[in-house]
Amino acid sequence: MTHTQEQADLLETLCPMFLLVDRSGCIQQAGPTLQKLRPELPLVGLGVLDVFELIRPRTVTTLPALMSMAGAKLHLRFRDEPRTTLKGLVAPLPESGGAVINLSFGISILDAVRDYALTSADFSGTDLAIELLYLVEAKSAAMEASRSLNLRLQGAMLAAEEQAYTDTLTGLKNRRAMDHLLGHLILANSTFALMHLDLDFFKSVNDRLGHAAGDYVLQQAARIMLEETRGDDTVARVGGDEFVIIFKNLTRVETLESIAGRLIARLNEPMMFQDQPCCISASIGTALSTQFKVPKAADILHAADVALYQAKRDGRSCHRLYSTLIKAQT
Amino acid sequence: MHGLINRAIQSFVGATYGQSCWVRVTEGARLGFVEFEAMLIYDDEMTTRVLEALSIDLNRPQAEILEDLGTYLVSHPNMEGLRRLLRFGGVTYVEFLHSLDDLTDRVRLAVSDLNLPALELRELSAKEYQLCCLPDMPGFSSVMVGVLRAMADDYGALVMLSHEGRQECCEIISIILVESAFSEGRHFDLGARNR
Repeated sequence: MTHTQEQADLLETLCPMFLLVDRSGCIQQAGPTLQKLRPELPLVGLGVLDVFELIRPRTVTTLPALMSMAGAKLHLRFRDEPRTTLKGLVAPLPESGGAVINLSFGISILDAVRDYALTSADFSGTDLAIELLYLVEAKSAAMEASRSLNLRLQGAMLAAEEQAYTDTLTGLKNRRAMDHLLGHLILANSTFALMHLDLDFFKSVNDRLGHAAGDYVLQQAARIMLEETRGDDTVARVGGDEFVIIFKNLTRVETLESIAGRLIARLNEPMMFQDQPCCISASIGTALSTQFKVPKAADILHAADVALYQAKRDGRSCHRLYSTLIKAQT
Repeated sequence: MHGLINRAIQSFVGATYGQSCWVRVTEGARLGFVEFEAMLIYDDEMTTRVLEALSIDLNRPQAEILEDLGTYLVSHPNMEGLRRLLRFGGVTYVEFLHSLDDLTDRVRLAVSDLNLPALELRELSAKEYQLCCLPDMPGFSSVMVGVLRAMADDYGALVMLSHEGRQECCEIISIILVESAFSEGRHFDLGARNR
């Protein structure tokens, strides 16, 4: 008796989650922490396999099979709620034919401390549970700090990229953005029209009324171009007074003619800068992606450029289509 | 200096003296920015300048301000996470005091590049202790005085603390435990993760 009592005291100190079972699988004694998990259900006297089911190895369903698992790692689960999973190790007691089964929470510890309101006193002094809980909280806090830094850096990066694609004077896209989009459209085999628009007499406004007037004219011209195009068309300022407008999925000549006509008409109207009229006009050349068997960015830009040059030669303030020029030549 | 330490100072000043005070301090310290990032490393110089500017702005000695910072780190609701991490050190105040020997290692486990000065607890008797802080981070021992005081309240212990200053090669804080269960203290639940 003393021997058994000593053994039990020893087990309670070293393994607060042990089970002592006899040869019939009946629980003789349960560690204090394990009993704390089932305050309403005294474990002593119950059959070990009635309280727990084995998850791994699945083949173990009988008591003799369980007793034969000496030294192997077991995964068990409470049969009733909360169905906490536990890790276990069986140490047979040859003299009595029973066994000591030591249990621990394993990875379920995070839920277990919350579900059962466990405290430091419920773990043996050498158990790493408290250190594990500490680490989880410390690492989560550190991860949260890193994550918030990452989010701010990502925001800063997006803002920087956005700026790099934007012409700061007019708010339109810049040449880089236009090149990028053009490459993308060609890769995706999209059809589109590309307008090259050049402001006539812009240099004279700049020379006569100064750079402030020139900047004002560019901003007004940009506004007009945005107003006369659809939301998913791209308007880019690609040089001092040069603009490119890309119309995705639009190659209908009549529509393009009418947009170009409206642009020219509105840009022809004098703009007032500090009570001084600034008079410009616009020449436009347009090329269609569908005119090329294998469209290349450089070829389409060149075609629009050729059409623009023709518009300038034809007296400015007009629109020319590359396709019309080609037909006239052949 | 690690961003977490600078960020702690920023959080303390903002919560205690207001954002406008913090902005003045960053200007006084010529930082060129207002927000420290917790996970970046800054020149030690910057922290020194911030503490100097703060001392001038509040017209109080640095050691006093740093003690308040230590108290803030444990007792302010903003810092609940940190208080919990310290409470993992032990079930009683004395256990907590002993856990301070491992504090620098615990900190490094969580944030590998955050190096705090080593601490060593000397047990003179069951009621008398000395905490020795290596002096590699100026002002750290003052912060620890504030931390020890606030943690005593947290555990419900009644202690008398005094900063003994430099002895040989470390800063000494003496701790006299008057009553280990003086008041109820604050509740600590191992599993209270969802605040």
